[in-house]
Amino acid sequence: MKFKLALYATLIWGGAIYAQTIEVCNSCELSSLKSAIAIAKDFDTIRVQKGTYKEHNIVVDKPLTIVGVSYPVIDGELKGGIITITSDNVTVDGLFIINVGTSYTEDYAAIRVKRSKNFVIKNLVLEKLFFGIYIEKSSYGRVFHNKIIGDAVAEYNSGNGIQLWHSNHIEIEYNYVEHVRDGIYLEFSDDCLIKNNVSAENLRYGLHFMFSNNDVYQDNTFENNGAGVAVMFSKHIKMLNNTFKENWGTASYGLLLKEINDAEIIGNTFEENTIGINIEGSNRIKYKNNNFINNGWAIKVRGACYTNSITENNFLYNSFDIAYNSKVNDNIFDKNYWSNYTGYDLDKDGIGDVPYRPVKLFSYIVNRTPETIILLRSMFIDLINFSEKVSPVFTPDNLLDHNPQIKKITW
Amino acid sequence: MLKILKYSFYDLMRSRWSYVYFAFYLLLGIVLLFLNNDLSKAVITLMNVIIVLVPLIGTIFGVMYYYSSKEFTELLLAQPLKRSSIFLGQYLGVALSLTMSLILGLGIPFVFYGLFESSAIWDFSLLLITGAFLTFIFTALAFNIALSNENKIKGFGYAILLWLCLAIIYDGLFLMTLIMFEDYPLDKVSLIGTMLNPIDLSRTLILLKLDISALLGYTGAVFKQFFGTNFGLMVSFVMLTVWVLLPVVRIVYKSKKKDF
Amino acid sequence: MVSIQNLHKRFGKNQVLKGVDLSINDGGIFAVLGPNGSGKTTLIKSLLGMVIPNKGNITVLGENVKKNSNYRHQIDYLPQIANFPSNLKVKELIRMIKDLRGNTTEDLRLIKLFKLEPFLDKKLGNLSGGTKQKVNLVLTFMFDCPLIILDEPTTGLDPISLIRLKDLIQAEKAKGKTILITSHIMSFVEEVSDEIVFLLEGQIYFKGSISALKTKTNQPNFEHAIASILTDNHA
Repeated sequence: MKFKLALYATLIWGGAIYAQTIEVCNSCELSSLKSAIAIAKDFDTIRVQKGTYKEHNIVVDKPLTIVGVSYPVIDGELKGGIITITSDNVTVDGLFIINVGTSYTEDYAAIRVKRSKNFVIKNLVLEKLFFGIYIEKSSYGRVFHNKIIGDAVAEYNSGNGIQLWHSNHIEIEYNYVEHVRDGIYLEFSDDCLIKNNVSAENLRYGLHFMFSNNDVYQDNTFENNGAGVAVMFSKHIKMLNNTFKENWGTASYGLLLKEINDAEIIGNTFEENTIGINIEGSNRIKYKNNNFINNGWAIKVRGACYTNSITENNFLYNSFDIAYNSKVNDNIFDKNYWSNYTGYDLDKDGIGDVPYRPVKLFSYIVNRTPETIILLRSMFIDLINFSEKVSPVFTPDNLLDHNPQIKKITW
Repeated sequence: MLKILKYSFYDLMRSRWSYVYFAFYLLLGIVLLFLNNDLSKAVITLMNVIIVLVPLIGTIFGVMYYYSSKEFTELLLAQPLKRSSIFLGQYLGVALSLTMSLILGLGIPFVFYGLFESSAIWDFSLLLITGAFLTFIFTALAFNIALSNENKIKGFGYAILLWLCLAIIYDGLFLMTLIMFEDYPLDKVSLIGTMLNPIDLSRTLILLKLDISALLGYTGAVFKQFFGTNFGLMVSFVMLTVWVLLPVVRIVYKSKKKDF
Repeated sequence: MVSIQNLHKRFGKNQVLKGVDLSINDGGIFAVLGPNGSGKTTLIKSLLGMVIPNKGNITVLGENVKKNSNYRHQIDYLPQIANFPSNLKVKELIRMIKDLRGNTTEDLRLIKLFKLEPFLDKKLGNLSGGTKQKVNLVLTFMFDCPLIILDEPTTGLDPISLIRLKDLIQAEKAKGKTILITSHIMSFVEEVSDEIVFLLEGQIYFKGSISALKTKTNQPNFEHAIASILTDNHA
């Protein structure tokens, strides 16, 4: 048994058996991270003791483990990027990195990972940053339990919290990102997992996908961002059990879908957003078991959306459930619970006997003349909504939920 | 005035109509809670009902009370009392007893349903405050109508017409105006339009509470200032107060000139 | 006691009072008579400040009536149709009027006089017309004011109550009060009043004692005297 364990250890850690630990502290022989990296051999561990280290442009070009003890401060003094990883198998753990330089020509980052595999970035605290963690052309890495606190004011001179570019198989978990441009940004990055993160109060998006496929994000919370999550020009994205909250404003969405195909949106909660989900040119998307609570618009469909299925969701107290700007509908609404449903269930099978029509005439009017929103909940509006319900003229007449649930759905 | 108020109030508190009104609200509250099984949803439904129904009941009841207590008013007029205090006393008596019916009728079922432990309590308070304001406004308007019309039938007719105008027709015209001039910036116009109708005004208060996410979707800066801050709430309350005061001032003015 | 100068009142196109001049001295019973629509009630209501004159001046006990409610402390008024808040009890109504005008104990005697004890706990809405009128009388006579105005006091009263009412009126007169009455019952007027004021088409046609009226019209009896005025003027 002992032999076997030893064997595994040898196999897994390889050269690490012979690895050494190198100490760095303000009063040590090695008083900078750079000097420690210079003398370190592959698979060594560098322990950075508590203290402040004024360094930037630190390049990690060999497989090393860099561990901070009690959060030593790496201060870039606003001179540029701070740590760049260019080797495979690098771990960075427990550092407090501040003062990343801002530039309009170069994306300076607190930590940049370049063409690397099997990296781990964890337990970092990043403040006063431009870009936080920038991962390019890398794969099989983990970004775990970091805290990124920016102070972004305007979009044009701020960077993203965690950015992935041409990278794949990256796991991003338990991070907290606030006050940057995009909390987490993926571009040309496939097969990534984004889980249990909190992204709040960011200028633009909490999470942003561009040209990225087969990614999964789940159990995240997106709160009070310019818009919660934007998924654009991507395929096969799974969005599971996330919370989208309080994304308020003129162009504010919980979730923005643009040119997305074959995605799954399951088990999410959209609460108090101006628009819960804004959909444009997105096809074959499955919406299931989501809660839409107190949104201005639960779902706003802006056209060219085909063969989507919206089933078994709860639509609770939204000002508008669904808004459509065309008369054509090719999407399926079925077995949802609508709190605005006023029908009855005489045969007691839990399904309303009259179909529910989630698109109101008034949402069409507001779309045309936004100021009319002030007449929301007026009796006159109820009257015209009713007449439209009886004989649809402006709204798609086949947009019906034939099996509206009588009770809120639980899953 | 307080004495008149006291006696009018007593008189009304014992009248059949107060009970009917009270029972109606009690029933409404119970039925809504029973159907919805959910406080917040019941509160939302109630809000829709309240802003239409309270004005109707306020006007009808106000007109009715005025006409039915005409002789009593004459008796009071012969007493050493100021005219304004007689009419204000009666007005306040009606408005207060209606408000009482509203608050108790709705309050009791909701309290039993666990209102105090619920987060809906603020929405519910707002609902009652709005309901009270509407009662005071529309009872005052009703007294104005009754004071200006000796003919009972005419008075009732005008009262219903007033309600129809403010509850439905006004919004229809408002909507048409907005759509017709949609090429112009309309946010100020739409807010002013709202201020000029007490029913719309109360509706706005309710929107502020329930639909703030939708309202913030609109771009206009004035809108944003109005709905995004407490400014809207303050302005609405001030305007509601003005809406109570104006007809009351007219009651005083009109009652001084009137022959009985 | 009461002085009216050049009183004009118009309701819409209808000119009801056309310059009434009247002064009523202290003490005695005055009956205001006239055909329907002659302006009796309007005149009385003007006195009470319920009708606001278009022109003219009224003083009651030296106080100008206009924009003033205090002088009404000196007037007891019995309105024509007694219609009280139907949900109040008799007791409460009496208490209320006392509350509004000041305290008195006279009500107990009057209640006894009109045998109203069994009705004290009844709601006013459930009373008969006659009983209501009795309540009305109690409310009027329970205060001790120098001027009493009675608008059709006999309506709905049974003979016994009528006798009591006459006694009451005489008793008040004996106290030196001024009493103003309107009535259609000529025998009642003839019996109680000292002086009559006859209104015709908004003006005072006659003011004086009944015997003077008889002499003027050359008629032996009061009722005929009144009738002759009317026929003469309509002929």
